[in-house]
Amino acid sequence: MDAILLQILNGLDKGSAYALIALGLTLIFGTLGVVNFAHGALFMIGAFCAVTLQRVLNLSFVTIDEAQKDFLGNPLKVKTPYVEAWFGPETGAAIIDWAVPLAILFTIPLMLAVGYVMERGLIKHFYKRPHADQILVTFGLAIVLQEVVKAFYGANPIQTPPPDVLQGSLDLGVMVGFDPNAIIYPIWRLIYFAFSVLIIGGVFAFLQFTTFGMVVRAGMADRETVGLLGINIDRRFTIMFGIAAAVAGLAGVMYGPLNPPNYHMGMDFLVLSFVVVVVGGMGSLPGAVLAGFLLGILESFASTTWATTTIPGINQIIIYLVAIIVLLTRPRGLMGRKGVMED
Amino acid sequence: MLGLNKKDTSLLLVVAALTLLAPFILNPFPEGSAMAQFNAGYPDLMQRFVIFGIFAIGFNILFGLTGYLSFGHAAFLGVGSYSAVWIFKLFTYNVLPAIALSVVVAGLFSLLIGFVSLRRSGIYFSILTLAFAQMSFALAYSVLSNPRFNLTNGETGLQVYADDPQWFHRDGLPDLPHLFGLSMRSTYRLDLGAWSFDFNAGYYLCAVVLMVVFYLAIRIFRSPFGMMLRAVKSNQQRMNYTGLNSRPYTLAAFVISGMYAGLAGGLMAAMDPLAGAERMQWTASGEVVLMTILGGTGTLIGPVLGAGFIKYFENIFSKINDNVLHGWFAFLPDGMEDFVVAIIHPFIGKGWHLTLGLLFMLVVIFLPGGLVEGGQRLRNWVRGKPKTENTSGKTEPAE
Repeated sequence: MDAILLQILNGLDKGSAYALIALGLTLIFGTLGVVNFAHGALFMIGAFCAVTLQRVLNLSFVTIDEAQKDFLGNPLKVKTPYVEAWFGPETGAAIIDWAVPLAILFTIPLMLAVGYVMERGLIKHFYKRPHADQILVTFGLAIVLQEVVKAFYGANPIQTPPPDVLQGSLDLGVMVGFDPNAIIYPIWRLIYFAFSVLIIGGVFAFLQFTTFGMVVRAGMADRETVGLLGINIDRRFTIMFGIAAAVAGLAGVMYGPLNPPNYHMGMDFLVLSFVVVVVGGMGSLPGAVLAGFLLGILESFASTTWATTTIPGINQIIIYLVAIIVLLTRPRGLMGRKGVMED
Repeated sequence: MLGLNKKDTSLLLVVAALTLLAPFILNPFPEGSAMAQFNAGYPDLMQRFVIFGIFAIGFNILFGLTGYLSFGHAAFLGVGSYSAVWIFKLFTYNVLPAIALSVVVAGLFSLLIGFVSLRRSGIYFSILTLAFAQMSFALAYSVLSNPRFNLTNGETGLQVYADDPQWFHRDGLPDLPHLFGLSMRSTYRLDLGAWSFDFNAGYYLCAVVLMVVFYLAIRIFRSPFGMMLRAVKSNQQRMNYTGLNSRPYTLAAFVISGMYAGLAGGLMAAMDPLAGAERMQWTASGEVVLMTILGGTGTLIGPVLGAGFIKYFENIFSKINDNVLHGWFAFLPDGMEDFVVAIIHPFIGKGWHLTLGLLFMLVVIFLPGGLVEGGQRLRNWVRGKPKTENTSGKTEPAE
């Protein structure tokens, strides 16, 4: 029992990432009808926002401290980050420590802007072109974005540690009455899960309970009619693209502490997120979220020692296998609607 | 000639001349001169041109004719490589059975994948092939390389070891892939003054294969079968409404292009008896898509041009470094020189993929017909002709 619970928990963090990326993909697909191969790159940019903030906060000036000597006997050069000089050592160190959560603050406007520019500058010109062209141009954009990041940050993964307080693990088993040490779970993963639930809930609430969201939902159902009612639906869809980009970016920012970001992390997630979208049902937002978590948990079950000794490497192919089976038995995906991308 | 009309015959002859004379054409600069780094006439690179040309021709039969955008073709190439190396390991280093088996195995594999993926079209098809390719990659990389059942040798890559059986191997034969005793590595070097040209047995094998498959591609393009595939591309729904089941046609196209990919994979293994899983990764599938688009989708010569173009510039760009750039821009004043070099720096050397990505985007946005359309536009412009509507290069999805 506790082992099952542990695997479900283990699947939640990856599942959250899949769900968030797939949610963004579905938002873009449902509103604009574009398959965005650059969505993984947006996730990656989000992760590098955290890296950037961490580097900026760590910018420091050097003072020579005559009182201390280094191992050669010369006066020691002490690096002091500007932040510590401005806010005092205590507050400064705390700010640097909390770099990743703080990065959220500037990721949101940045990713909204990136999404807006991307839609207005590039995607807009591809609505009338075939789907194959849309796939190709976003694929090209993904290559460019990740190579630019590689040119600035290098090819190696960069550590982005979570704040000290949130490092380490919790013994969740004890809280619900299992033996101690049965279910040990890293805190940051819990936070990531909570964060993603918050964002997913936020997006759904936004679509469900605001006038803007209502118009967008109407536009998803019938774009032309909404346009004929005198509503500037294109503008709203552009904003939705920005929001989808922001969701991907936020998923990326918070993912850094779980897995050090490198320039091709987006591509790795993208392929799986596509599978998630297809399994969930193209154009279905709840489907994308559900499939994201389901596949994440499934992957975690397939990674147990028992599964990998029975069928070696099953954890790497389980998602694809499931996707193929789902598509063959339920071609529309788990929650796909009739009439959306029927052929 | 050979059942082709005049235009196609001349195209075939041009391709034949280009491939057979490639050692001369690609080595225009004398050995040791400053421009020698732009030479591409060494066997390894020429083989790559031709092999990727074959791969792209095959991909184009699927994408160019039917409009089905497959993102998983590298899987077939990888499968072809693996089966060729297994022939080397078990039976003989002779390349003919290896290549034959790689085509057959890739054909069967693509029949399986095509049967499943072709149930959907459009974006679903792309994603399904992508998923299949990634699954094959994971299979090759880890699942099928466990100690109990080692089919692919995982990360190291499948290669021939000294203790492999090689039942038909005899002492007189070279210990490398060969064609009835002629080693694929044997190279004849022709020195003409300052120039030197390499004639490599492996390259010429690939070149002959390329001509054969190019001829086959022309025949497919001009056949009633090819016409049917084009009809699928322009409007599959209408085809279905006329009571025609288009699935067998698309499946045939898929299998043919899979066999082309397998052939390319087999040749790759024949040139270098090693097969690794990274050959199957989806970025490798992306590369052949780039080649085909860049050259010109749906045209005969386009994919070959695209493959040559990408492989050539990949090679050249990776060689250029900052020192070379400083040499080129030495005529500029110092500050300017550094500035120009700093601007170009991210695009060269390791930054080749950035250049490629940008180039690819530009082509998709402004020149959907690729290099071939570019050439046509240029020719029309030079001749002062008015713009003609050319639809041959346009790609429409299979919807």
